[in-house]
Amino acid sequence: MHLAELLASSFRMAIPILLTALGAVYSERSGVVNIGLEGMMIVGSFWGALGSYFYGPYVGFLVAMLAGIVLAIIHAIASVTFKVDQIVSGVALNILAYGSSRFMSQAIFKMATTTPHVAGLVKINIPGADSVPYLKPLLTGISPIIIITILLVPISEFIINRTVFGLRLRAVGENPLAADTLGVNVFRMKYAGVLISGMLAGLAGAYLAMEHTGMYVEGMTQGKGYIALAAMIFGNWTPSGALMASLLFGFAESLSFRVVENSFIPYQFIKMIPYMLTLIVLAGFVRKSTPPAADGVPYERNAG
Amino acid sequence: MQFTKKILIVGLALVLLVSLVAGCGQKPATEQKQEQAPAQQQEQQQSQQATETEKIKIGLVFDVGGRGDLSFNDSAYAGLERAQKEFGDKIEVKYLEPSAGGENREQLMRLLAEDGYNLIFGVGFMFTDHIAKVSQEFPDVKFGLIDGAIDGLKEDSNVSCLLFKEQEGSFLVGAAAALKSKTGKVGFVGGMKSPLIERFEVGYLAGAKYINPNIGTMVDYIGTTGDAFKDPVKGKELALKQFKAGADVVYHASGASGIGVIEAAAGEKKLAIGVDSDQSLTAKEDQRKYILTSMLKRVDVSVYNTIKAYLDGNFKGGYQIFGLAEDGVGYAVNDYNKDMISDIQPKLEELKQKVIKGEIKIPMDKKEYEEFLKTLSK
Repeated sequence: MHLAELLASSFRMAIPILLTALGAVYSERSGVVNIGLEGMMIVGSFWGALGSYFYGPYVGFLVAMLAGIVLAIIHAIASVTFKVDQIVSGVALNILAYGSSRFMSQAIFKMATTTPHVAGLVKINIPGADSVPYLKPLLTGISPIIIITILLVPISEFIINRTVFGLRLRAVGENPLAADTLGVNVFRMKYAGVLISGMLAGLAGAYLAMEHTGMYVEGMTQGKGYIALAAMIFGNWTPSGALMASLLFGFAESLSFRVVENSFIPYQFIKMIPYMLTLIVLAGFVRKSTPPAADGVPYERNAG
Repeated sequence: MQFTKKILIVGLALVLLVSLVAGCGQKPATEQKQEQAPAQQQEQQQSQQATETEKIKIGLVFDVGGRGDLSFNDSAYAGLERAQKEFGDKIEVKYLEPSAGGENREQLMRLLAEDGYNLIFGVGFMFTDHIAKVSQEFPDVKFGLIDGAIDGLKEDSNVSCLLFKEQEGSFLVGAAAALKSKTGKVGFVGGMKSPLIERFEVGYLAGAKYINPNIGTMVDYIGTTGDAFKDPVKGKELALKQFKAGADVVYHASGASGIGVIEAAAGEKKLAIGVDSDQSLTAKEDQRKYILTSMLKRVDVSVYNTIKAYLDGNFKGGYQIFGLAEDGVGYAVNDYNKDMISDIQPKLEELKQKVIKGEIKIPMDKKEYEEFLKTLSK
């Protein structure tokens, strides 16, 4: 069948999940659970569209990342500095993101749930794609964000495993007291992890609004932030694991688009495919998942 | 430390509250002030009622997707806007948007009824149960229900169901798709899988098969919940799949998700057919030449007519049905598509007359569609 077509579609569906999941890896490795990723994607999609509408796509992406970072700062202040329960803070952010986007949309565009059409980045054609007939759908008309995201996987893998920053980030997530004793600034590392996750989630939201659809529609993230969190856990808190998990989600979803309703398969079953497939793979690859030891636990300096 | 923590918790709670209020429906800017001071609200309202007793208050609650979906809801809004323009001195208009999942539909209807609104519209079939309930609680308030039918209404009921023969309009655009298709394959992308959207689907397929019984058809639905009307990402992926599989005209009935369908058509340089509103007018400049036409569903006319009837004292409960004969549905011709569509227009007009005269019986569901196909092969 149109295998390359299916793969290209899988990539398009997987990219926002992957970007957000990569961010989640940074945040969770520093020991902060970030359930506010969905909210950061929402503000990313809205502010990206807003920035692109007024100043063009490049500013749009910058504004989207900033919006994600602003939400992440709130999350970091609440959960790192003041040690509020990380889940509570994240849920509050999701509601704030939803409400504030609707409010701003109404205030600026006089429409609560959509913005006007906005421009995206110029699509890239990889040279020589025409000579490989089977891969053409994979190599032509792709968004630069897709390439950046794929590149981010090895880069993140390197940063987390091979650099001083990554080592400290992991140390803070595993045993903050030990890291602190060795002179690592625990709070600064946690802030860095959370802010990176906000930036990437904002970028992912902007990708949906600007690159995929060309417009912001309220609720267009459709819970992808939560799926990204699941993909990160499924990927065992590593960037390459997140890549595999996101691709699986994307593949399952675009596969479900291609199964046509017939007398054997009822329609509702087709819509279940992504979730069924994920469950099957999850059950089939029973691995021991190993979260960072101090994940979700606020670090109290004078507690120990 | 403990103290600051408490402050922060209170702060977070406030943030929650504020965003909830901001999320709970939007009012025109002038009215937003009232919300901030509930104590003053009553006073203000009383004085307002004293000075504006003659003004008739008309409320409208949107469906999922909301204003700006460039489709269904915007059509309803256009009707409200027109009424306000024409009867602005006699009426006061307010519109609300339900929360993202639409859970507070009934709450918003009740809010308007309690606020003394005289005529309230619910835009979309999802309001059916809510209006059935609220209309009984407020017998003096009139309700307009778009796309939904409540059983057992009479002419003196306080609910008027505004129904459309979507299958008739879809039949015409289906014929247009078949006439314009070069590959012999046409597609349909529906929003939420429901009897209402299936009426669009079978009407469209019937129109295409009527022109060319051998035409290939593809049908996809985005989902099974109201969320399916605001998922342009899936809308685009489904349309792309149909285009890549050989379709060259795709019709959508999926509200704001259709933005993705049109985006896909422009990207693939194939044709899309819009729905409810004339979507050529709201599309991006460079997308317009890829929109063959739009199936018009004149929700705006139904809203406007109902308001007008109410003002004239002729509000009628029961069921108002808008079809081709009443110009309640149709296909769009505008400056952008007139060159594309002019060669097939005579054929479409001929079909329209046949439908109005009852010479073609258009199916309304899957069963009738199977029978329709049998009559074609004879």
